[in-house]
Amino acid sequence: MPSSESDASMEQEEEEKGKHNEDEEDSDAHMDPKEEDDEEDDDEEEQEELQIKWVPLSKRPEWADIQPVSQDDGPYPVVPILYTAQFRETMDYFRAILALDERSPRALLLTEEAIRLNAGNYTVWHFRKLVLQALSYDLWEELKFIERIAKANYKNYQIWHHRRWTAENIGPAAMTTELQFTEEAFLKDAKNYHAWSHRQWVLRTYGGWEEELAFCDKLLHQDIYNNSAWNQRYFVIKNSPFLGGVGAMREHELNYCRDAIAVDSANESPWRYLKGLYKGDDEALPRSTTVPAIVLIELQKNKDCIYALDLLLELLCLGYEPSQELIGALGLQLDSCSAFQIATFVCTHLKEIDTMRMLYWDWRLNALSNASTS
Amino acid sequence: MPHLATTYAAIFSLVTIGGKTALASINRDRTLDFLLRMKDASGGFRMHDNGEIDVRGCYTAMAVAHILDLLIPPLTLGVAEYVCSCQTHEGGIGGEPGAEAHGGYTYCGLAALILINQAHQLDLPALLNWVVFRQGKIEGGFQGRINKLVDGCYSFWQGGVFPCLQLLPEQLLHHKSIQHENEETILRLNELKIRKQSSNAEISAAFLFPAWKDNRSKHVIHEVEDQCQSDSNERMKLVTDYKYGPLFNAQALQGYVLLCCQVLEGGLRDKPGKHRDYYHTCYCLSGLSVAQFSMSRSLNALPLPSTVLGPFDNLLAATHPLCNVVLDKYFYAYKFFHGDDDSSQI
Repeated sequence: MPSSESDASMEQEEEEKGKHNEDEEDSDAHMDPKEEDDEEDDDEEEQEELQIKWVPLSKRPEWADIQPVSQDDGPYPVVPILYTAQFRETMDYFRAILALDERSPRALLLTEEAIRLNAGNYTVWHFRKLVLQALSYDLWEELKFIERIAKANYKNYQIWHHRRWTAENIGPAAMTTELQFTEEAFLKDAKNYHAWSHRQWVLRTYGGWEEELAFCDKLLHQDIYNNSAWNQRYFVIKNSPFLGGVGAMREHELNYCRDAIAVDSANESPWRYLKGLYKGDDEALPRSTTVPAIVLIELQKNKDCIYALDLLLELLCLGYEPSQELIGALGLQLDSCSAFQIATFVCTHLKEIDTMRMLYWDWRLNALSNASTS
Repeated sequence: MPHLATTYAAIFSLVTIGGKTALASINRDRTLDFLLRMKDASGGFRMHDNGEIDVRGCYTAMAVAHILDLLIPPLTLGVAEYVCSCQTHEGGIGGEPGAEAHGGYTYCGLAALILINQAHQLDLPALLNWVVFRQGKIEGGFQGRINKLVDGCYSFWQGGVFPCLQLLPEQLLHHKSIQHENEETILRLNELKIRKQSSNAEISAAFLFPAWKDNRSKHVIHEVEDQCQSDSNERMKLVTDYKYGPLFNAQALQGYVLLCCQVLEGGLRDKPGKHRDYYHTCYCLSGLSVAQFSMSRSLNALPLPSTVLGPFDNLLAATHPLCNVVLDKYFYAYKFFHGDDDSSQI
């Protein structure tokens, strides 16, 4: 069946809701290490430049002593890659240096050439680390090198891992530059998974917590749908030595959620964040006064608010006794309304308005019935 | 330099090729050496020497160890703790502790724990709630994270979570407060330990595939037993009378893959406007298979025509939800490496 090109309207809706990210590429989802040549749309220009300026290694006097080593694809190569002459030769020389375990300045330069041809080659990155150590290379310079390479490869496991390794070897002095580096990545994509991991690593390892909640706040002001920023917020309230932990921050954060929900109750992030504030503390949730209040306000605005109904279901399952106001907001008769009946109503209603998840809501409904009859 | 992802891909490519020659070419001892070398004190695994540690490592290592019958305590120790530490407040699982819940890592974390019989350590109701909301209400395809766009590859990473969950006792998915069995039964379910007759491995195919059976054996209803009572000749007993169907919209997922992910010239993609590649081709098809077979309860059960979107010849081969290889190939390889073990047959 041919594809439908009706994504234009889909994207428009996403853009309106601010969910769309310009250069969205979930390449961080890919499991493959991309050791061989792969699609790299971003650095096409750089690749062209590399080809124009390139001098074959076989013609460089400083490499005259080296015998290049070809790639061993075995006797019956399957799906052989059509390498360019430049790629093939560079890797042939790299293999030679690797076999000799030559950790020299020229080896370092060679790893740079190989990396520029394929930044996903983890073997080259690994050897580069060994060379850097052997040469006691200035790691601050290495950070600058990584920054240059990263410009075309902001979503590459190897680069971020190398950055982490370099920063780790520098020590706490790198804290500020590392936080700054992630911020540059966020300018390109505020949801870059590797960048957020790196930032968390920096905070965990070197600190810098003082400004972090404000940083999350800034990003959420730019895009209240940025779930990575919400996740970071959680990370901060949970782990910052300057805050009291999730429990202590709960009321403050509930108010934060309330405000975000008021902007758009169809934004899943604050609702999920709110639920997360009670992770591991099931007893506190049904006893909260703020949470039902938030649910009530939203249901009064819109009785079909899916996330409010989902949260209400959660409350009910944990033993929350609904108020008359809430029952009224659902459009139910006020008398003889047990928690079970309300929960049943909520599931049934969700089956109707959240049809994509109909099977799930039906399953939840059955679970309620089974529980009540035992 | 060896890498866990390529190891996983190579091993399961050989399983897919199948047959004695392909499988015999695998050096189990050297593979075990490599897996042990990648093992980290945190319980997780590095992807390669001095490489990054994340949930992918746990999955690729466990999957390889499972099929090759290499699941030994030095490998499995701490894996559950590590994966659980990656489950976020959102319910899904992130790449590392603290990282945002993400489809790829959620699949990896869940599958890894099911393979070593530790999935009950996760907050499964929260995980289920997170993953059902990852299906786009307009698109039908799955997104990898909250408030991001759908992508065909998540058809498997997210879609595949559902058949994985179906391997577990349904009780574990229910909200704690409405689990209607008594305390004791819950504890027994939570402390499942399955022993194989003759090895240290803590899992067996029978536990993993309660609804699937060997071609030649009859379908029997089993019960869960705890470890003290199992003796070497006792058969595996499992819950097989599922009362619930798939918990995601399989039709909508098939629609997304077939209508939005196919490239006219061949291959599949993330979404319209993106280029095809082998990765998306693989995972779009795997997700499509999962959706087509979502109503099936046994190995030989063909889906009903109503379950398959489009003409019935759209039907793909069934894929194993924990390893993502065609079922027949999986069982052949499992037997090849585990031998004909009575206690593990259903």
